[in-house]
Amino acid sequence: MFRKLKTLIGGAALALGLSMNAPGAGAVELTMYYPVAVGGPLTKIVDGLVADFMKANPGIKVNAIYAGNYNDARIKALAALKSGKPAQLSVMFSIDIYELIEQGAIVAFDDIVETPEEKAWLKKFYPSLMENGMTQGKVWGIPFQRSTIVMYYNKDAFRDAGLDPAKAPATWDELVSMGKKLVKKSGGQTVRWGAMIPSTGYPYWMFGALTKQNGQVLMNADGNKTFFDAPATVEALQFWRDLGNKHGVMPSGTIEWGTLRKNFLEGKTAIMWHSTGNLTVVKNKAKFDFGVAMLPAKKSRGTPTGGGNFYIFKKSSPAERKAAMKLIRFLTEPGRTAEWSMKTGYIGTRPDAYQTEALKKYVAGFPPAAVARDQLKFATAELSTYQTGRVRKLLDDAIQAALVGKKSPQDALGSAQKQADRLLKRYR
Amino acid sequence: MLLTPAAILLIAFTYYPAVATLGQSFFSAGTALKPSVFVGVENYSFMLDDEVFWQVLKNNLWYAVGTIPASIAIALLMAVWVNGKLPLRGFIRMSYFTPTVLPMIAVANIWLFFYTPQIGLIDQVAGVLGLTTYNWLGDPDTVLTCIIVMTIWKEAGFFMIFYLAALQSLPPELEEAAKLEGAGRWYYFRRVVFPLLMPTTLFVLINAIINSFKLVDQLFILTKGGPDNASSLLLYYIYEVAFSFFDQAYASTLTVVLLVSLAVIAIGQFVFLDKRIHYR
Repeated sequence: MFRKLKTLIGGAALALGLSMNAPGAGAVELTMYYPVAVGGPLTKIVDGLVADFMKANPGIKVNAIYAGNYNDARIKALAALKSGKPAQLSVMFSIDIYELIEQGAIVAFDDIVETPEEKAWLKKFYPSLMENGMTQGKVWGIPFQRSTIVMYYNKDAFRDAGLDPAKAPATWDELVSMGKKLVKKSGGQTVRWGAMIPSTGYPYWMFGALTKQNGQVLMNADGNKTFFDAPATVEALQFWRDLGNKHGVMPSGTIEWGTLRKNFLEGKTAIMWHSTGNLTVVKNKAKFDFGVAMLPAKKSRGTPTGGGNFYIFKKSSPAERKAAMKLIRFLTEPGRTAEWSMKTGYIGTRPDAYQTEALKKYVAGFPPAAVARDQLKFATAELSTYQTGRVRKLLDDAIQAALVGKKSPQDALGSAQKQADRLLKRYR
Repeated sequence: MLLTPAAILLIAFTYYPAVATLGQSFFSAGTALKPSVFVGVENYSFMLDDEVFWQVLKNNLWYAVGTIPASIAIALLMAVWVNGKLPLRGFIRMSYFTPTVLPMIAVANIWLFFYTPQIGLIDQVAGVLGLTTYNWLGDPDTVLTCIIVMTIWKEAGFFMIFYLAALQSLPPELEEAAKLEGAGRWYYFRRVVFPLLMPTTLFVLINAIINSFKLVDQLFILTKGGPDNASSLLLYYIYEVAFSFFDQAYASTLTVVLLVSLAVIAIGQFVFLDKRIHYR
């Protein structure tokens, strides 16, 4: 009797064990968080790409989890890490790199790549896109959903103001002079502004463009020193403020990031500076003839890069890391990068993506798509340091304080620099 | 014995986190490279030096002063009105209550487009009337008022429901008696109805005060605390410190301050106001 029971239990246990093991033999399961920061059906596109990957690699199961905006994605990934059920890889803000390193959360790609072919792969991307992913001489992040700032302009408004619609302002002076012509008033009311540069949400990002154009970067490559009070930085902020307060090209006060696209689409501003991530939406929704141009120059052209990188987490087995590498390489293949870029407006992250038939054809038919790529020559890293959240907020507050006229650019940036120094001292 | 399940849940999700927060506020923020160490009151002295902290505290006080009396007064007014005999009474009650049902994030998205210069509803109406457009959320002098107005709109309907319930439980004989004695409507309201509503008022007041520290969802959509912290509130600042700066220790410090001040307010209300309230 007992024996019978024993065999029965044993058999059941065996069967259970088998049934649990069978599909798991050799299979790797990956969890990946990814954020969406711009409009458009991005989640569907990502899900499609991941499904393609699983079809091509039956041994790997990928759970791609949409995790809100960049901030949410970081919080969720780090929370998962602490809870002991971490993701193996994630797309997160490229500027989170120092934070993630300090938390001991990620591994460098240099420590994972094995074959010479994989090592060569690390060099396949645009160098200016790699800037935010590299520190301490190693690569920590692989560019994925990356953008820059470009200038969208309403060609109909240009015609209306008697300007050449093929020629967008190429310098700060032209931005002022053409902007003044583009301002349209009716009965003391401004019905159309010359230009708008958003100053909520990500003011430091727009400011990174203005400073780069004035020949100044905002921080060093080790992420432990900022240059907020450099004369060229102050001059850039003065110019931004003058656009609103002195030249009347832009509304004074702060300009909302979230509603700016609608302002542009409704013709309330002739020019807007915005992420390339908006390109596809603007293309689909604009009822007027619009153009896309590089940002204007003072000393040179310039823009920060932006957006999300792939990171691989330290808490992962060698097999998982290998599978994660496979997934990242799959998603950044030239053909898929081209597809991703066409569907979203994000930059193709590597030069050979622009050599693919599909993207070549797309760029030929829709030249604005190439503007962001060509601008990469002048691009610099997005503001990113140790204690990056705090340091960024110091700069954001300083910019807004100056734009609303609460402080002079000199005072605002001076005190931001002083406080940033205090935070970063212990990392030098 | 029967209380055990509830007690376990309360301890696990309320008391333990509160005590852990208090403990954490005496340690430094740890990372993988630098584990956290005991630093005594350093976080608290940093807080006293922190300009942003004082700014958000000041904002929060103005926010409380702006939202609490106004939303309670409007709630009472609406409740008295819809308690009377009106055509389409159910419809009016529902429309007053609608803002409460909507999620704050959705509401904030709607109001964002009210306040937006030029394309916003307010500016379009102003444009028709020939007034100049105004950058409501982009000006530190107006931004907090904008947030307050939106919050009152959102909250008043919620408080109205409590007043309405209280009004309907008042016995009708009181009104008849007052009429017989020759009391006017205002006199009747002031000397009979309002005192009888005091328990409800206390309840609503406590809720309003807690909400004035608790409701910050709209900031995520409308301003992110800007420009230059002009519309930031204490809880939003705590969120920023904890999840954007990853400084759990300092966030704990701020949370302790928030908890203590809320506790003091609540106790004060019960002690001082209780004496002046008639419970039946």
